[in-house]
Amino acid sequence: MTKEELKIKITEIHPEAIIDESGEWLNVSVEAAAFRSFAEQVRMDELDLDYVFCLTCVDWKTHLTMVYHLSSTTHRHNIVIKVKLDRNKPEIETICDIWRTAELHEREVFEMYGVVFLHHPDLRLLILPDDFVGYPMRKDFEDPINMIKL
Amino acid sequence: MFSLEGLTNFIHEWLNGHLPATFALLVEFVIVGVAAIGLFAVLGLGLVWMERKVAAVMQIRLGPNRLGPKGIFQTSADTVKLIMKEALTPSNADKFLFNLAPFIVIIVAMLILVPIAFARNFQIWDINIGVLYVTAVSSLSVIGILMAGWSSGNKYSLLGAMRSGAQIVSYELSAGLSIISIIVLTGSLKISDIVASQENGWWIFKGHIPAIIAFVIFIIAATAETNRAPFDLAEAESELTAGFHTEYGGMKFALFFLSEYINIFIVCAICATLFLGGWMPFHIGSWTAFNHIMDYIPSSIWFFGKTIFLIFVIMWFRWTFPRLRVDQLLNLEWKYLLPISMFNVLLMTLMAIMGWHF
Amino acid sequence: MFEEIGTTEEGDLIINVGPQHPATHGVLHLVLTLNGEIIKKVEPHLGYIHRSIEKMCESLSYRQFIYVTSRMDYLSAHINNHACALIVEKGLNVEVPQRAQYIRVIMDELTRIASHELWWSAMSMDLGAFTPYFLAFREREKINEIMEETCGARLTMNYMVPGGVMTELHPDFQEKVKSFIVDFKKTLHEYDELITGNVIFQNRMKGVGYISKEDVITYGCTGPVARASGLRSDIRKIAPYDVYDKVEFDEIIETGGDCFARYQVRIKEMSQSIRIIEQLIDNIPEGDFQAKTKAVLKLPKGEFYQRVETARGELGVYIVSEGAAQPYKIKFRSPGFSNLSALDHMVRGHKIGDFIAAMGTLDLVIPDIDR
Repeated sequence: MTKEELKIKITEIHPEAIIDESGEWLNVSVEAAAFRSFAEQVRMDELDLDYVFCLTCVDWKTHLTMVYHLSSTTHRHNIVIKVKLDRNKPEIETICDIWRTAELHEREVFEMYGVVFLHHPDLRLLILPDDFVGYPMRKDFEDPINMIKL
Repeated sequence: MFSLEGLTNFIHEWLNGHLPATFALLVEFVIVGVAAIGLFAVLGLGLVWMERKVAAVMQIRLGPNRLGPKGIFQTSADTVKLIMKEALTPSNADKFLFNLAPFIVIIVAMLILVPIAFARNFQIWDINIGVLYVTAVSSLSVIGILMAGWSSGNKYSLLGAMRSGAQIVSYELSAGLSIISIIVLTGSLKISDIVASQENGWWIFKGHIPAIIAFVIFIIAATAETNRAPFDLAEAESELTAGFHTEYGGMKFALFFLSEYINIFIVCAICATLFLGGWMPFHIGSWTAFNHIMDYIPSSIWFFGKTIFLIFVIMWFRWTFPRLRVDQLLNLEWKYLLPISMFNVLLMTLMAIMGWHF
Repeated sequence: MFEEIGTTEEGDLIINVGPQHPATHGVLHLVLTLNGEIIKKVEPHLGYIHRSIEKMCESLSYRQFIYVTSRMDYLSAHINNHACALIVEKGLNVEVPQRAQYIRVIMDELTRIASHELWWSAMSMDLGAFTPYFLAFREREKINEIMEETCGARLTMNYMVPGGVMTELHPDFQEKVKSFIVDFKKTLHEYDELITGNVIFQNRMKGVGYISKEDVITYGCTGPVARASGLRSDIRKIAPYDVYDKVEFDEIIETGGDCFARYQVRIKEMSQSIRIIEQLIDNIPEGDFQAKTKAVLKLPKGEFYQRVETARGELGVYIVSEGAAQPYKIKFRSPGFSNLSALDHMVRGHKIGDFIAAMGTLDLVIPDIDR
């Protein structure tokens, strides 16, 4: 599907979505509350976005943005879903029962950015030691002993 | 013609001439014990060196080549290193069993040396149930391995020991049955009788196809019984780190390591005795002149030559094949080797009764 | 819709495979829940070699950050660098000279062969066959020598710069690569004879660690793992970069989905890599090996994503730029991370030996997983 067709389709599914066409792929911004149902629809619908190839979070100092790169293995089109989260209490529904790969990726985002994934089956620290405090990938994280910044 | 027979007779007569009979026997015990330990040490060093050289040839590299000519002192240096290492006992281990296990394994290996005929009339004890004795004693080593695995207090060791238990118990059966198929031909369990019965040709040639089948099955079972690759599931380096001897270090590990090589030597010696005539030179039926020429080669060379060839075959397996999985290993035994060897015994019996063999 | 996360019951044996274990080839820590020899659950514990490369890159310039990525998937270091160079070029709209593109692709494919050879040797050793290890390292050495002569390094090549490659090729390069190809064709046949046809090997691999096409998609597996289950996932075909659209090669697709299929995909991929090199090696055009770029690179404000096919699968680099000389945010989507997540699904209900075989065919490189 071309960008135009994708845009029409996505507007049908979720009229409130803000669509940005400037990048390589279509950027769709969704509110956190509507994200889960939107994700289910793009997976199931004729968009058939069955493949999550990147899942990460960006810390904008004022807020966090979850970024999901989705792709379709049948139609070969890609979209990017962005969800803005409150930095003080970042919470979003999990998608790991829709795309299993998200399970480990969400755990990584959870420990690095502190985003809580609701209904995630096993939300624990994955990479960091069990007693680690803080969210290392946030911009304001400073560790005086193990300096990450060069 | 060189023979070890003269040496033993000389010692025996000299001792009996100078000492009372009981003391002479006791001194002979000591001599035999020292000789056995000496053989152990030499075999251990030699076979480990041989293994490394065989591996090197298979893998297109040089192998040990620094210490002494062709690196023959490499294994001695390794032994010195192992002796000097601290003998650790893990705090979780059952200390008594943990320290006892390597000795059980090595004592069992030593006991099986008893009936083996190294050369013409050169044998520690020509016991009349020789082969039965070997099969009976060799299965004791599994006790040592289970003990080592259980007492280490390590899950890898435990898994390795359990695998080893299942494996050795299973493969005893087909090894035993292939031994029986030769016993059917010889009619005696005594090692000297078995060797003497091959005066006019080795059983592998005289016994037709059943003997060859029995030989192949025996080699497979022997490899499995000594926990060698491709049946090294008890150690399974990539799965269980080192299996039952994960927690052992220094000389205690060296004893396990040594017993592995001694066991290889013993099974190969038994195999050579049963199928390839032991110390008996290569004879062909009634070719008297040919047989006479063959007799000029000392019997000890025949024995060690055959045994080392079989050891080489087993080493060749190790550096060529991947490892089996535990269920495949047991399938191979219970579904293939055991039925085949049972049938083979029947065939052999029929052949012996009808007198079809040479 | 998906199977539940495995549970641990009283009486189960829990084994830590790693962080130091002969089969993990690095500091991977997997917690196995066993019922006897049967695996009930595999749980990864990562982070033993986590160096926070993503955070480090946030304070490095666009010229510098490329070289940190060599340390992620060290076996395909060159391809990692390629991804980073491409994303910077994409952001700056730099036209890379044809000569540089040819050199990059040849080096990529050499790296892929070297990586697959190391995989072949390590996987065979996991299965208990020791000899392949030495045979493959012997061949890999030749590639390393070519790399050393051209880039000065054997493992972390650092040959890429934004806009081309760092130095001119060594005069012997073409000749050496050609003689390597001649040797390697014989060696590939040797591999087949030694291992592929072996009965024990086939029994260990066939039907083991099966994963279906649907599962491959949902677990986000890429590279040979995905292709062995019938998913077309080669980025070189889907979104060609540099001169991959000019060369002819087949995307290897197997439908078995088991360890043997994954094995075959990688073995066949090596001969496809040879095919690519053969097409390019005699036709390297004359010209510059590097485009002229500014001393300080600044990507325009925006987001960039670049995918390349490493030896292990799809590597994605995601950069958020604020127009500064350093990336604002960088994310590496590593192939190993996603492939690892499918391991539990593959081996549940199998035996320990199968677990080792499945892990071997996933071709995990631990720094690639942890980053």
